[in-house]
Amino acid sequence: MRILVIEDDNDVADYIVKALKEAGHNPSRADNGKDGLFLATTEEFDALVVDRMLPGPDGLTIIRTLRASGNDTPALILSALGEVNDRVKGLKAGGDDYLTKPFAASELLARLEALTRRIGKSNITAETLIAVGDLEMNLLARRVTRDGTEIDLQPREFQLLEFLMRNAGSVVTRTMLLENVWDYHFDPQTNVIDVHVSRLRQKIDKDFDTALIHTVRGAGYVLRDTPP
Amino acid sequence: MTAFPLFRSATFRLALLYMLLFGGSAAILMGFLYWATAGVLSDQIDETIQADIKGLAEQYEQRGTPGIAAVISERVRRDPGGRTVYLLTDPLRRPLVGNLSAWPTLEPDSDGWLTFDLLDRDTADGTTHIARARPFILQGGLNLLVGREVREIERIRAMVLNAVIWGTGFTLALGFAGGIAMSRSTARRIDSINQTSRQIVDGNLDRRIPTRGTNDEFDQLAANLNAMLDRNQTLLEGLRHVSDNIAHDLRTPLARLRGKLDEIDRPNLTDDDRNRIVESAIAEADGLLAIFNALLRIAQIEAGGRRENFAPMDLAEVVSDVAELYEPVALEKGITLAVRCEPTTGLTGDRDLLFQAVANLADNAIKYTPEGSNVVLHAAGTVVTVSDTGPGIPEDAKEDVFRRFHRLEESRNTPGSGLGLSLVRAVATLHGGNVQLEDNRPGLKAILSIG
Repeated sequence: MRILVIEDDNDVADYIVKALKEAGHNPSRADNGKDGLFLATTEEFDALVVDRMLPGPDGLTIIRTLRASGNDTPALILSALGEVNDRVKGLKAGGDDYLTKPFAASELLARLEALTRRIGKSNITAETLIAVGDLEMNLLARRVTRDGTEIDLQPREFQLLEFLMRNAGSVVTRTMLLENVWDYHFDPQTNVIDVHVSRLRQKIDKDFDTALIHTVRGAGYVLRDTPP
Repeated sequence: MTAFPLFRSATFRLALLYMLLFGGSAAILMGFLYWATAGVLSDQIDETIQADIKGLAEQYEQRGTPGIAAVISERVRRDPGGRTVYLLTDPLRRPLVGNLSAWPTLEPDSDGWLTFDLLDRDTADGTTHIARARPFILQGGLNLLVGREVREIERIRAMVLNAVIWGTGFTLALGFAGGIAMSRSTARRIDSINQTSRQIVDGNLDRRIPTRGTNDEFDQLAANLNAMLDRNQTLLEGLRHVSDNIAHDLRTPLARLRGKLDEIDRPNLTDDDRNRIVESAIAEADGLLAIFNALLRIAQIEAGGRRENFAPMDLAEVVSDVAELYEPVALEKGITLAVRCEPTTGLTGDRDLLFQAVANLADNAIKYTPEGSNVVLHAAGTVVTVSDTGPGIPEDAKEDVFRRFHRLEESRNTPGSGLGLSLVRAVATLHGGNVQLEDNRPGLKAILSIG
């Protein structure tokens, strides 16, 4: 993917660019708002990573300007620890996701993957069936089967599995699960998410030979039917 | 201490002003007294003289010139000291009878009175006294002069004047002395406040201003200042406590992190070992970041900067979502998590923060409650109650647990940062409410109210 990184802190920009390159992406970078906005409007990108505080127009202004001119490139806003942690403002300006510094590279990558996937999928409106290997989910009937066997899921387990399946093959972090499945932005002090995932795993993987839900140490979870 | 600045003291100047005002009114009062006593006395003399004239005129009408002359002679004879003045003259003012050798040469004043010096007949050394007399023309042209020596009145007048002067002076002196005393006592009390302030500035933070127990304005001022100092000291101690704990709570994980980074360099490590060490180092760093995040978050919430995320929200929904999120964790520990929600409407708040607050309370309840107990989440109106049947918190520690990094001794071995309840309180305060810990008999009942 072509990703534009607009970040004035060189260390952070280096860190992001390096991580993106290692993950096989093609990053470009700008170290101020003016150059960033110029690049974003003149070239095609799959996603933007925009720092909130920038010399020149700030991150929110850049995104607002792009959205006003009909540019819908998914944008992830970065904000420094200690800035007013206002996700709502960032999302209202047209940002698609919000990440607070410092962050793990895995969290940034997982969120960018989910962002581009979400935007890509949203064009397919009539999607009613998702399948990953022998696991199938019918969104209309709210039914899940694996290898033809029906699996009984609680509503929240269904949502959790749906999110994992929609992002099949990509890592999803615990905070992504909290934000997308539970719709709360908060900081769990204990392993609450792990317990939910392990309960889901019991139902999805226990009676089958191949596991679909995998733990990615230090990052989160991934659902996939083939080894990477 | 510097010299007592008497004349620069505001209270002294006030006392001086008061003294002048008081002395002035005293002088006016004394003046009135003087006028009233001395004035009345001379009016009485005047009346007596006029009555005397009237009497003599009647005598003259009834008995003629020999009659009046006899009466005058008799009166003069009975007053050898000459306190009274009688003179009867012919129309040319040649004396006929009386104790005055000649008609006074001066003209009467506009009221018809004569005031002149009269020789003292007792001493006969030329001493004079003031006399007051009134001339009267009898039928037939005879001139009559009747008067009184007013030595007595002059004496009384002098006495009263004397008393007035002394009295006024005495009042002024008393006022002045009182002013000084008053200003000294006020200044002394202000000075004790000043002295205490200086001691506190010098670092003696636990000094307090002495009170006299009279509950007057100075005592109230001292009590208020002392209360302010107490509050400041509590805050300062809290701050010191937090920074001590930051130092302590961050030093340990930092030391562990450093140890792990050291370990990576050791020879003879397999790749697996190295990966494991790196992973645990990252986890350690994440833990540190989480502590900083929590601290900054509490600081931001306390600064009130997050009110812009307030929106209409359903408290019952938040509470049941927390219950739903934590139920598996509770089950794993063998704890029954129950939730009872009564519909709540018309609330405005930050649902993410309230979720965090209720989650922290639920997390604590589950963490510190032994296997087989119950945890109940209850929402009604604007109040969320989280009760457990665990060991509870000792009464005297119920306030301490809200302090940042404060952890009960018993819980030192349980994972946690000691910031959870601080955040709950900050969220409650942001919503205009509070959080209280009560005895659940047995266990703990946390009551979070949002306004």
